[in-house]
Amino acid sequence: MECQECHERPATLHLTKMVNGEKLEIHVCEKCAKEKGYISYEEEAYSIHDLLAGLFNFESNISHNQATNKEKRETLTCPKCGMTYRQFTQIGKFGCASCYATFQDHLNPIFRRVHSGNTKHDGKIPKRQGKDLQNKQLVKDYKTKLQQLIENEQFEEAAKVRDKIKALENNDVEGGE
Amino acid sequence: MIMSLQPFINEAISPWLKEEGPNNDIVLSTRIRLARNFDKFPFPIIADKEELSPIVQLIQDEYHHQSFDSYQDLEYISMEELQPIEKRVLVEKHLISPNLAEKSINSGVLISKNEQVSVMVNEEDHIRMQLYFPGLQLEKALEQAFTFDDWLEEKIDYAFDEHRGYLTSCPTNVGTGMRASVMMHLPALTLTQKMNKMIPAINQLGLVVRGIYGEGSEALGNIFQISNQVTLGRSEVDIIEDLQSVVKKLIEQEEFARQLLVEQSELRLEDRVFRSYGTLKYSRIIESKETARCLSDLRLGIDVGYIDHLSKTILNELMILTQPGFLQQYAKETLSAKERDIRRASIIRERLKLENG
Ligand SMILES: [Zn+2]
Ligand SMILES: [Zn+2]
Repeated sequence: MECQECHERPATLHLTKMVNGEKLEIHVCEKCAKEKGYISYEEEAYSIHDLLAGLFNFESNISHNQATNKEKRETLTCPKCGMTYRQFTQIGKFGCASCYATFQDHLNPIFRRVHSGNTKHDGKIPKRQGKDLQNKQLVKDYKTKLQQLIENEQFEEAAKVRDKIKALENNDVEGGE
Repeated sequence: MIMSLQPFINEAISPWLKEEGPNNDIVLSTRIRLARNFDKFPFPIIADKEELSPIVQLIQDEYHHQSFDSYQDLEYISMEELQPIEKRVLVEKHLISPNLAEKSINSGVLISKNEQVSVMVNEEDHIRMQLYFPGLQLEKALEQAFTFDDWLEEKIDYAFDEHRGYLTSCPTNVGTGMRASVMMHLPALTLTQKMNKMIPAINQLGLVVRGIYGEGSEALGNIFQISNQVTLGRSEVDIIEDLQSVVKKLIEQEEFARQLLVEQSELRLEDRVFRSYGTLKYSRIIESKETARCLSDLRLGIDVGYIDHLSKTILNELMILTQPGFLQQYAKETLSAKERDIRRASIIRERLKLENG
């Protein structure tokens, strides 16, 4: 991608600017970015490599007054791989699958920016493992239903639903529908 | 050299690339890449060497020398066993990424005999499978990628979350973990300065355009790769549909631009093509940039019918064959830039003589 200002050098900076509530994407080279004031000289420029790190700088400027919250977030540590939130923002990569759960509360803004506003998967589900996932979803639904039935004192119905849950939890697909 | 490696690095052109694909006058190839991880192990970026070895072990035990569908004889090659030039050759054939080439212990690649499938192990993610198809075949590529993915998944517990999808090391790949890309030869759009204007519009649709060869924004040989940027919140099918429609549009525009070039400046175009042909045929010293430009002209000349005795794959083949890794692999020694330019010219001359003979 070439720089949208000089049309000479490649665009190494990819910025988003809010103009009248509209998100504007800006793709410029470092030189033009500085000349046009998209970034100041002191501010750390973010290249495509630390695009993510850049996103965080951007965000932290806004929430500057919430220093304690920020501090808390920075020291969040993944119990499985030991990666901290601060490290994650610096290298822009997760350390393991559990990092996703650990940093869960802070990921949506990042995903939204990287994936055109999306935060939730809508695609392939693993063929083998997916079966469990579908069952899990069913169990969840049945449990809600069971709760309702018990509250309504429809115990006969409730017993049937409880059997279905048991069957599913024993991974007996027959017990589904 | 390890014996099993030989076929992969002796031939510049992968067997699958010799087949004719749809729209192959403009689309060179289609690729689907899926990123997957094991749920139990830390990602390569943070893992110790020991933590990565069970992954390599499983891949070797379960998939080395196995076959699946038309993908025969999967061969696991460890990065540790490779010489730098051999790694470079695999990069030039797009069988591995430059990132994987930098690794050694506990990372490697599983390649099918026809080189249509390669599975990089412990690159940025534990698994990155790539499937290649000649010409424009996004639907077929996706279908095959899914089947291959299902086959791998029989033995591997993937890191998958119902809300976030396939979990990847980089947040830019999460969700589908899919990067679909189409490699296109767009000489007429480049020549008429239209490509520069189209790129921002394509970017706005969530697609990325970049040169395959060359650095930064330049696309050597007028070869561009168009791929999806977004991997989360859209299904694989939707993603390739978008990509497909943009690629079709580009094909239309390129065809139109070629037609105009032929109509409006036939003699100049013909002159350009034959000058480039002459340069390739008779040069004694040639740089990679000039090579790429001349090969692009030559390929355009074949496509519009000025030259009819050369095969269409000559562009792909010579683009790869004249890369530094291949040149040195053939020379069996390390070459300086100057020596490479001489070697490059001679390889091109030989290759063209072969076509004529
Ligand atoms: Zn600029
Ligand atoms: Zn972690």
